[in-house]
Formats: sequence, C-alpha cells, structure tokens
Amino acid sequence: MPERSFVCRCEDVTVAELERTLAGGLTTIEEIKRYTGLGTGPCQGKECIPALCKLLIARGALTPASAQPFTSRPPIEPVTFGALAAAPSEEQ
Amino acid sequence: MTAPAMGSPTAPLPAEVDVAIVGAGIMGLALAYHLARTTKLSIAVLERSYLVSGASGRNGGGVRMQWGDAGNVRLMMESIEECRGLAQDLGINLWFRQGGYLFLARTEAGERRLVRNAELHAEVGAPTRLLTAAEAQAIVPQLDVAEVRLASYNPDDGVVFPWPFVWGYAAQAVRHGVHLRTHTAVVKLVPRGAGYTLELSTGERIAAARVVNATGAWSGLLNRSLGIDLPNHPHRHEILSSEPLKPFLDPLVVDLSSGLYFSQSTRGELVTGITLPDAKDGSDTSLTLHSSLRFLGHLSRTLTRLMPITAAMKVLRQWVGPYDVSPDGDAIVGPSPRHPNLIQVCGFTGHGFMMAPAVGRLLARYLADGTAHPMLARWDPGRFAAGAANQREDMIIG
Repeated sequence: MPERSFVCRCEDVTVAELERTLAGGLTTIEEIKRYTGLGTGPCQGKECIPALCKLLIARGALTPASAQPFTSRPPIEPVTFGALAAAPSEEQ
Repeated sequence: MTAPAMGSPTAPLPAEVDVAIVGAGIMGLALAYHLARTTKLSIAVLERSYLVSGASGRNGGGVRMQWGDAGNVRLMMESIEECRGLAQDLGINLWFRQGGYLFLARTEAGERRLVRNAELHAEVGAPTRLLTAAEAQAIVPQLDVAEVRLASYNPDDGVVFPWPFVWGYAAQAVRHGVHLRTHTAVVKLVPRGAGYTLELSTGERIAAARVVNATGAWSGLLNRSLGIDLPNHPHRHEILSSEPLKPFLDPLVVDLSSGLYFSQSTRGELVTGITLPDAKDGSDTSLTLHSSLRFLGHLSRTLTRLMPITAAMKVLRQWVGPYDVSPDGDAIVGPSPRHPNLIQVCGFTGHGFMMAPAVGRLLARYLADGTAHPMLARWDPGRFAAGAANQREDMIIG
C-alpha cells in the first residue's frame, strides 16, 4: 500500500502513521487503536481492522491465527439517544 | 519520523532500581516523568497490560476546580495550571480545552451546595460564579432549564482527551531514562531488606529500594498479598461517546440531581455518563468491564429530558471503567502501614486523572527529598487505622 493510503477513513489514519507507531514499539491492535484513533469513528473498526491486521502480519507483529479484532463496543451500529430513551425499561 | 519510544514488552530491565512503579496509568507515569526529570534515581515502571488499558484510558477527561473542599480546589488549580503548559512539555497534542464546567441544581439542597461552594471558591481564588437558569441557558442554548433553580460556572475548568496524556507522559519518561515495560505483570512482591524483590510474569526478578503501588482500582490485590488492609475498593462506572459533531457545546455540564454529565470533546464527540442507581444486588465492586443496556436507557432518558436536541444524536460506543473509591473520598497517598518503602498512590475516587498532573509533581518531590505538599497529611494511608478519616468532599460525580 502507498504510505499515504488511508487505512482508517473515519479518523484519517494513514499507512505511514501506522508504520511510525510500530517503529515506536506499539505492536498490539488495542494500543494502536488508542495511539492513532484508528477504529474509533462511526464504523467502529469495521472497515479498517482487516487492513491493520494485514499490515501487522506483514511486519511480523501478528500471525494470521492470532489475529483478533479489538474489543467490540455496543451498540453494533449507531443508535439515537431518542430511540434508546423510548425503549422499554424496568425503571418505567 | 518515528513515534517516540513509549515502552514495550521487550524493554530491557536492570536487575536493581531505586524506585519500581507498579502500574503505568497516568499516576505512575506522571510520577516517573517528574522523578526522572528532577533526580538521578533509577526508575522502572511495570504495566501488566498495554498503556491506557485501565481507568486512565476509560475516563471522561473532565478537569475542574469546582470542588466542595478548599484543599481539592487548590490542588485542582495547581493541576489546571500544570495542564496549560503540558502539551509543550510533553510534545503531544493533549486536546486540552477550557470551556468551563456548568453545574445545574434542580433541588433546594443542590442550590445550597452551589452557594456554599461559590463562597469557598471566592475565598480560595477560583473564578466560579453563580448563574440564574436563564444565564445558564445563554451558555448552553439547547438546555431545558425549566427545573433549574441555580447554576454555577467556572470558565477555567475544561476537558482533555485522556489517551494522549498517557502517551505523552510515557514517551517523556522513557526519554529521561525510565525503564517502561508493558505486558508484564508483577506476580509477587517479596520483602528484601528494607526494599523488595518484584517477581514478574515473564519469570524475571527485579530488586527495588522503594516500590510505588499505582494500580488504582486493582491496588487491593497487591496490598492484600502483603497483608496491608486499606479500605479503597473498585466501583464500576459506565460511559459512552456519540458520533462526532461540529463544536456546539462549550462547557462540561453536570446535573447534580441525577449525576448526569456531558461534554463535547475536541474530537467532536459528546462524552457522557451518569450515576447509575445501584442494581438490586447492590453496587458493583467487581472489576468486570462489560457494558449494560440499562445504562444506555437510563442515560438517554435523563439526557434527552435535559437537552431535548440530543434525541436525534447517535451513540457510537459505550464502555466501562472502575473508580478506585476511598471511603472518605480522599486519596490514599504515601508510605503504607508497616511497609514504609511501599508507597501508595491510590484511592482517587474517580478523579485521579484530573489530579495526576499535580500529584505526579508533588509526589516526585516527596520521594526525592521528603518535601510534603499540604495534601499528603490528609491523604496518609495510616489515617484509617487511627480512626481519623472523615468525609469532607461531596462533589463526587458520575
């Protein structure tokens, strides 16, 4: 991939930024997410995790068998506060 | 340009150090940074997971001087002053934004708290002022202030993005010679002469003249293994962030009655949490980090009542972090009972992140030459055994 390619389009994280992060000693998906912001935008990593894993495997930081996405955070897709407020609850 | 070294699972460790800090959250790293800058002590920091994996990477990033106790107000004035120049010192964008904190009181009791606090803040020199509901609405036009009786506002309070704080302290600590080892747990602390041997999950051992327990909500595990009985305990808190929007909200808003708080980060997301009424089986003191639908519903109902426009905003993700709750609301900092060379820096009750810039500096001075900041006397870990603990602070939010 060219170094100016965007891996995470939500948060504008490029291949070059990921290379710098790896060179700084960070090697796991969870810490790369938290250093670059990758995967914290509206898609929550659904687009960028495979590309990141591919890069980590190419750099020897990960094996295909050990590749795991970072911890999935609910909701699965964005939901409005209005819909959540209207949902049934035991408090009402 | 390569990113600066920020510790790694393979960072070499010396066989012996002057100070070993257990836990690379913001407390441990701020302390390591200041100690390394101001002394010649050899320092190792040991983190069982990755950086920002604990509460330092899970909090809402609020930084305020609006407290109910003069000592806390003064401490946070120091901390906010430290934050102003910190991005330059650490060489990283901290997303520090002073948009103020706006507290809303909807009850007579809440109103009395705000009046009492404003008088205290005036004495101490914090620029807090009381506002009518209409004045509060002028600052946040989207608020429904029908139930608001009084508000208080401090323009110097603000928000930060917690992650870069931790990376910044880590990189500068390493640059000043700190040995920062991640993904390596301290399995056992064995007394050795006046100091300790630390047995690590990698099978390595490291000797230290002094050890600092900076593991926050996890600190009880290490303390109990040495028979040190301190009363701080974890308390599970949930939080969420929304889709990013253009800047529209200046202050962090707190509703005293419900414990709801919300702010807009410099990244544009609404970051919000609320005090969750305890579940039927009591408060959750476990260290489990799973999120709940109950939180989403409770928060959304409260938020959309107070700020109806949010009904159309979307939640992006929710997560959990533990408060490290001290029974009197004061932190637990200093030499441990019967273990003078095991230093605690724990018990910050949900406010460690905002206090860390000041605490890192003052604790480094104490460890370097014994200079004691006024807060250290009241934070003494020995106060519980002596029966001296009493609650002074009632502005604990979230």
